[in-house]
Amino acid sequence: MTSPVLNLATPIDVAIIGSGPSGLAAALALKAAGVDRIVVLEREQHAGGIPRSCGHLAFGLREFRRLLSGPDYSIRLVTQANKAGVQIHTQTTVTEALPNGVLTVLSQDGITQIAPRRVIYATGVRETPRSAQLISGARVQGVLSTGALQSMIYLKRRRPFVRPIVVGTELVAFSALMTCQHAGIRPVAMIESEQSATARWPCALYPRLMGIKLLTSTNLLEIKGNEKVESVVVVGPDEDPRKIDCDGVILTGKFTPESALARCGHLDVDPATGGPVVDQWGRCSDPSYFATGNLLRPVETAGRSWAEGRQTGQWVAQDLAGDLPKPAKSLSIVIRDSRLKYAMPQLIRQNGENGGMTNIQMRVTEPVSGTLVARTKNGPVWQRALNAQPERRVEIPIAEIVSQVVEDSVSFEMNMPAK
Amino acid sequence: MSGAQPKSQQGAQNTLSNELFDVLVIGAGVVGCAMARRFTLEGAKVAIVEKASDILDGASKANSAILHTGFDAPVGSLELECIREGYREYEEIRDDLGLVQEKSGALVVAWTANELEKLEGIVTRAHQNGVTDVHFKDQDSLRQAEPNLSERALGAVKVPRESIIDPWSAPYVYLSQALENGAQVFLSCAVTGGTFDGQEWQLETGNGSLRARTIVNCAGLYGDLVDEAVLGKAEFKIAPRKGQFVVFDKAANGLVNSVILPVPTEETKGIVLFRTVFGNLVVGPTAEDQQSRTDVTTDSQTLKDLIGDAVAKIPGLSEMPVTAVYAGLRPASERKEYRVETLPERNWITVGGIRSTGLSASLGIARHVYILYESFGHKHQQLTAPEKPQANMLAQSGKRDWRRTGYGEIVCHCEMVTRREIEAALSGVLGARSIGGLKRQTRATMGRCQGFYCSARLAELTDGKFDLPMSEEFGHD
Repeated sequence: MTSPVLNLATPIDVAIIGSGPSGLAAALALKAAGVDRIVVLEREQHAGGIPRSCGHLAFGLREFRRLLSGPDYSIRLVTQANKAGVQIHTQTTVTEALPNGVLTVLSQDGITQIAPRRVIYATGVRETPRSAQLISGARVQGVLSTGALQSMIYLKRRRPFVRPIVVGTELVAFSALMTCQHAGIRPVAMIESEQSATARWPCALYPRLMGIKLLTSTNLLEIKGNEKVESVVVVGPDEDPRKIDCDGVILTGKFTPESALARCGHLDVDPATGGPVVDQWGRCSDPSYFATGNLLRPVETAGRSWAEGRQTGQWVAQDLAGDLPKPAKSLSIVIRDSRLKYAMPQLIRQNGENGGMTNIQMRVTEPVSGTLVARTKNGPVWQRALNAQPERRVEIPIAEIVSQVVEDSVSFEMNMPAK
Repeated sequence: MSGAQPKSQQGAQNTLSNELFDVLVIGAGVVGCAMARRFTLEGAKVAIVEKASDILDGASKANSAILHTGFDAPVGSLELECIREGYREYEEIRDDLGLVQEKSGALVVAWTANELEKLEGIVTRAHQNGVTDVHFKDQDSLRQAEPNLSERALGAVKVPRESIIDPWSAPYVYLSQALENGAQVFLSCAVTGGTFDGQEWQLETGNGSLRARTIVNCAGLYGDLVDEAVLGKAEFKIAPRKGQFVVFDKAANGLVNSVILPVPTEETKGIVLFRTVFGNLVVGPTAEDQQSRTDVTTDSQTLKDLIGDAVAKIPGLSEMPVTAVYAGLRPASERKEYRVETLPERNWITVGGIRSTGLSASLGIARHVYILYESFGHKHQQLTAPEKPQANMLAQSGKRDWRRTGYGEIVCHCEMVTRREIEAALSGVLGARSIGGLKRQTRATMGRCQGFYCSARLAELTDGKFDLPMSEEFGHD
């Protein structure tokens, strides 16, 4: 199924790093566009990405027009890629990404360098760990992200605790609840710092169906325990800290792109998204590199990432054919408001030609209700009403902005009526 | 191998070994490991007891990973003597044991006019301490050496030989060398008491007793309690001092070259910015006096303050993600000096109060204590050709296991830890019995994802190995 040796003698058109939905979709699109020499490099034992470890039904509607479990969905994606003749190299780690697309690659066969004509980063996202969230308390066993929990439960049939507390209410938190149910784990409560659940109805009904208390406007203050989690201290709207006994903590969501290669390499990284800086074709600061899927920004569904990967594959095919506009005069998209989390792409090439992404993707850091304003150094150029919740999609048509701006930078901010 | 990891169901009346040891070392922290090595190499029959299931589980599990020259140690102190001797021996055995040493150098940076005035005194002290290559650097040459430092830096003292090392692989190999040359280790054996009959000690532990002619107490954070339990009283009192640290993403590693030290105050050496040999950049420690000998909790506000301090010194850190946070305890005593107490009539030596310089000084402390021991009238035949085990190579610049064929698989991607390394760390007398022990031996889960990708695989690979398992199997529901 996988080709064991990376053949240096054979030139490679495109190397794709990561075999999740976006990486495999990009590979298929490249194949369909007639680009033949493609390799997908996957560091894990098996191809398929994060959905592999997500055992419940939540995938496939966009891609296969039916509801599939994560593992079934992954198998379909991988089978489809294999059938199309895409070479997937598992247990193959890119240890270094160098200028002009040169990659240092490690596999059981040793360390080698390849020089594909283009590289597509499709390394996805992961949840922010406890340490980076600076959560107070004892450094004890039993604090896990949803991703680690799901791998343990669905891939290894092992469970780390039986009555944890669930922190956060993004979509993935409800996936964590379903995972718990599958393994006979009974969460003691679910807490959310905002006034209501982040994920849309009807997800927020799910904890009640499972008999789990959802505590909103509640923050995690401290994790307590000797060697293992024994309790947490939370503070709710009454501002009275209280202890909840539990034997684990599931830290859900707060996704961040897995951009280690870009960060430690030569590409520009956007601190706001955590991913590489890209233009509307997903092209990075070194034009040999493209980025796609959740690496671009946290976080989208597998289906959306798959669709983005497919588009990126098409753009890279165009680039190889010389049909993509060369990097030229560009417009920087800047966020100048702490209520706005990020904007992607960070650069728009103004070649007078269309193509690439149609929207700027944005997220807010807190619930907002007011006017989103775009301005240049010469004043406001665009505005529209915006009512949004954290982690909900905010999309701004690139064409609307580009048509209004002649300067080289445009910044976004919120105008909100005083409360 | 014999003697390792007795089962807890064995009663306290059991004998752990019938052997009469020349020397029994209490505590397998960095000082105890160096002690066991020194006495073994000198020809003594050595046992080391440790209350935890893994070595380096107390004060030695978290520190600044710096090998100090002693430039700022108290003039004429035992601490200075041991640091200097420790540094010398570290360099002497470094290549034989496969140890890591990166001579990053350190800069004591002045951020205020007042601090700038103090730099001359620091140079003078360093020269008095025999660290004669220490010199002043003016603002321009400082900026050239460290272009990412804030412009507020006014000048510095350069300490060229301050080095960064691997704080766990070194003591592991000290103890491994002792074991390979005949010493024995008894883990999960907390000392509960003992009796001396004028000739030999019978030391009681929670898992059985051991006999030895001489005892060296290197129990670190518990040094005074061990003295009290066995001798009836202690000459000093441990006053634990917590230090919290923040580890930045590896992308931050290139922002500084040297260890960035503050001008010290009377109370503390202050907050340091240092690279690690693993490729991170760390800020810390705080200095928080506390009663507890186990509390290594971290505190959100303190961590934010540390980050603020780091960003003020290196503005480029403001956009760097945090990889990890940790806290360690310094086994300080109520006084500022090392507390080496000897009871020649009872063949007992206590090594206490090794506050924040244990990693640097441990080899020197061990030599110092061996000389004290000889002064009791003991004599052994030094080993002529001792075994020389190789330390784990976990440094980023070193030849890591993944660079060698047959590594199995990459289990922890962030730190590039191989299955072969995990399996090796889980086996043998010093095999990891906790996730902490496994981290110290391999770095698994210590990278930026903190176990998001590899926890499940690790739970599987460590099944049946840990006292506190990472997970349990569950049936179909």
